Amino acid sequence: MLSFILILIAGAFFTGIIIRTKSVASGRKGPGILQPINDVVRLFKKGAVYSGTTSFIFQMAPTIYFSSVVMAMMLIPFGQSKGLISFNGDFVFFAYVLALGKFFSIISAMDTGSSFEGMGASRESLYSLLAEPAFFILMGSFALLTGYTSFQEMFAALHLGSYISYAIAILATFVLVMIAMIENSRMPIDDPKTHLELTMIHEVMILDNSGFDLGLILSAGYLKFALYGAIIVNLFIGMVPYPYAIPLFFVIQFLLAIIIGLIESFIARFRMSHNPQFIFALTSVSLLIFFGVLLVLGKFI
Amino acid sequence: MTMIPAFLAIGFFVILTIPFLGVKYKGILVYMAIVVNAGLTGYLAIQALMGLPFEIIFPGNMVTGAIALRLDALSAWFILIINFIFITGGFYGLFYMKAYQNQSKNLSLHGIAFVLLYSALISLTVIQNGMVFLIAWEIMALTAFISVIFEHEKMATIKAGFNYLLQSHVAIIFLMLGFMWAAYKTGSYDFQVLSNYTAGEKGAATVILFTTFFVGFALKAGFVPFHTWLPYAHPAAPAHISGIMSGVMIKIGIFGILRMMLVIKPDFAIIGYIILVVSVISGLYGVMLAIVQHNLKRLLAYHSIENIGIIGMGIGLGSIGLGTGNLVLATLGFAAALLHVWNHALFKSLLFFTAGNVYQATHTLNIEQLGGLIKKMPQTAFLFLIAAIAISGLPPFNGFISEFILYSGLYHWLLDARLLSLVAIVFAILGLVMIGGLAMLCFTKAFGVVFLGNARQTFKHEVHEVSFQQLIPLYLIAFFIVAIGFFPGFFLKLLIEPVSLLAGNSGVAGIFETNTMQTMQQISWAAWGFIALISVIFMVRKLVSRKHTIAIESTWGCGYVKPTANMQYTASSFIRSYTKLFKPLLLSYKKEKNIQGIFPTDGFFESHPYDKLEKWLYDTPIMEFKSFMSRFIFLQNGRLQFYILYGIIFIISIICIPIVYDMFIHLIGYFKQL
Repeated sequence: MLSFILILIAGAFFTGIIIRTKSVASGRKGPGILQPINDVVRLFKKGAVYSGTTSFIFQMAPTIYFSSVVMAMMLIPFGQSKGLISFNGDFVFFAYVLALGKFFSIISAMDTGSSFEGMGASRESLYSLLAEPAFFILMGSFALLTGYTSFQEMFAALHLGSYISYAIAILATFVLVMIAMIENSRMPIDDPKTHLELTMIHEVMILDNSGFDLGLILSAGYLKFALYGAIIVNLFIGMVPYPYAIPLFFVIQFLLAIIIGLIESFIARFRMSHNPQFIFALTSVSLLIFFGVLLVLGKFI
Repeated sequence: MTMIPAFLAIGFFVILTIPFLGVKYKGILVYMAIVVNAGLTGYLAIQALMGLPFEIIFPGNMVTGAIALRLDALSAWFILIINFIFITGGFYGLFYMKAYQNQSKNLSLHGIAFVLLYSALISLTVIQNGMVFLIAWEIMALTAFISVIFEHEKMATIKAGFNYLLQSHVAIIFLMLGFMWAAYKTGSYDFQVLSNYTAGEKGAATVILFTTFFVGFALKAGFVPFHTWLPYAHPAAPAHISGIMSGVMIKIGIFGILRMMLVIKPDFAIIGYIILVVSVISGLYGVMLAIVQHNLKRLLAYHSIENIGIIGMGIGLGSIGLGTGNLVLATLGFAAALLHVWNHALFKSLLFFTAGNVYQATHTLNIEQLGGLIKKMPQTAFLFLIAAIAISGLPPFNGFISEFILYSGLYHWLLDARLLSLVAIVFAILGLVMIGGLAMLCFTKAFGVVFLGNARQTFKHEVHEVSFQQLIPLYLIAFFIVAIGFFPGFFLKLLIEPVSLLAGNSGVAGIFETNTMQTMQQISWAAWGFIALISVIFMVRKLVSRKHTIAIESTWGCGYVKPTANMQYTASSFIRSYTKLFKPLLLSYKKEKNIQGIFPTDGFFESHPYDKLEKWLYDTPIMEFKSFMSRFIFLQNGRLQFYILYGIIFIISIICIPIVYDMFIHLIGYFKQL
């Protein structure tokens, strides 16, 4: 329950901080940190325009997409306190429930019959499929390291001791940040700030969404950042008591947002044809973590 | 005791009477027979699942020896699946076949084949005598062939039928070899005798015997590289037959593998690794080829190969668990495999039936010509969507449950694995994750292109939803897909007996209780919570947007207001980045003519996906063999005198070979004296 509320709060600020960082880096003042939330609230109050080509899929999809992210949030623990739902192998459910959300966002893009949105849908489905193995191998490494298979038990048992385990944690952070970037279609995979039709993946998929639905999709994106941020926080807090852990949560989320802002400011978008290699390379980083764990456990015999 | 004669008599009676009935009544009679027989066998099967196996031994005759029928929990599980798919598929078939009512004789044959196919499949699960098993197997192969070639006036159908017939006979050769070897060693065809014999025999002999059976059954199940008949036979058959073939007939191969595991008890660890590797490759290869298909039913056929791979992974894990004494792994592996057998039967038959609806409405299965069907056939689209989500292994439906158990098995195994097994685990996890992701790509493509957007072609006839009666069995299947997703615990309880049987240990029930059930309870809660969440947000959305204006406009096209349906993303363009990425593994034949010149004429582009393994392992060797054999074509000159001469030469050589051999030995002995 605690983690759920914390992620909600972090989600409210996360994108604002990214935008602010980008503004400062490019020498502008930039909007307030709560501007993204204001945008969403304004969208909630608006009417909607639907394409005549669309069907009930298009009406349902944003709701299911948003729900899938909220559902995934419920699985994330915070230190010793479990998530709202926790069981052995819950990270499988986590990945698959997010995939269900993606399934619906892809078919809702196909529902409009637009060539732009088809393009985005095609790429989204390919990239998310390529990013998935990295996450599963990463979780496998943690399971191997700690001997547990649920988020909470794994993170609670994860204590950083040797140098190798620091290396593992840093690599894991890298993988998770990159997965978050792919999930949200941000730089260097995709540039959300280009002219809409040129933006190749996520933004182009939601061209026809408007009003309440668009608000849901945008807020799901904000929450997704905080969601992956929370997993990264969990890598580090372990058994730290709450009075320190909660401030630490926000500090790490804040740092992450700034790092993402900086990445977006200083790195150019990849060519689309190079993205698959880059994404699949994440799996090799995960495998590196896996071998690191084997080293720690002395299983290399 | 009276049930077996009743079962046979009903089938016999129906076969004899069908030809003399009116067209309308043929189907109904066949269906009645299937329902009654399903009731009989289902009763016995449920008893066996409750822990009361059924055994009866007929005296048989001189050739076969005693014929044992044993209905244990494993048979029971498969019998229930067969019954369910035949009841729903038969009902669907009654309506699907209405379009062919003028072909009375053809329908009679089809009905006879249908009843025989059902009886053969049921018999195969209980017969425990090698010889009789092969006879039932042959009946199944032949009747399935007849069912496939219903539309025999089409060349492609006949070709697909013969391809299937040939390959199922290659399977029979392997099974025959296995049973002959067993009979030679034990002097009996009975499985029990073989089981007793192999219990004392360890090492290479059992592994080789098992591998022989495995190849035979793998040909039926469609493991790569024995999969090539599937993508031809499934699209050629009528929709209800495709659903039954993919839903239950290929599963009889899985049943055979599991049965032989019980009978032969080979070195489980080695067998497990072999099955695991073959299965991961099957799964990946199946879905990779499924994505590039343009024919909807062919796409589904390749997905059957993928799902057989997933089932095989479960069997492999279970077997490794048995071999290494890891009972939890064995339990999870076999439970995942058996549950996925049912799950796949459910969603794949539903997909084939909905594809049949699409074919009935549009008369085409080429997905590049379809589009926007959700507005004309909303119910079919909805059912297809449920099955598509389920087959992609996404929660909250049934596909997720079996894949989740498989993941649990893999991660459980990870905890006490050593280096070699770790490599296998990473390979399997990567495989399973990729299979899931690729399946999602494939079904977003299939659903998106066939049902969503605008129609890519206008049909001369009107496209409309099929009758509600035809949809009833589909809703029944969909109900089970959803029910397994939301109440997994209830359905897993049914698996306790079969899994205990396979694991050969009564500790399985305890593992279910402590390990799996609790997790399943949580997943069930999560699924309900998810639905509740969606409903709440949907309600809020309704409430909030009630006050606001809703406008209907055309799709946003950068300011262009007259988009045509041709501007939509097609299936090929949807998967273009995928095909570019996986190019080394795929094969595609292209025909194109570019638009050239100052006054360009029409250009065109065609691509036909093909199977690289089929080219390497089947087409090329066959071509080489043919060209080699064509050198001897002069022998076949059509003159009777020559043929008599060949006969005489043959007889003389048969007589002479031993004499020459003796002389040769004699000569060598002579040289040795030197």
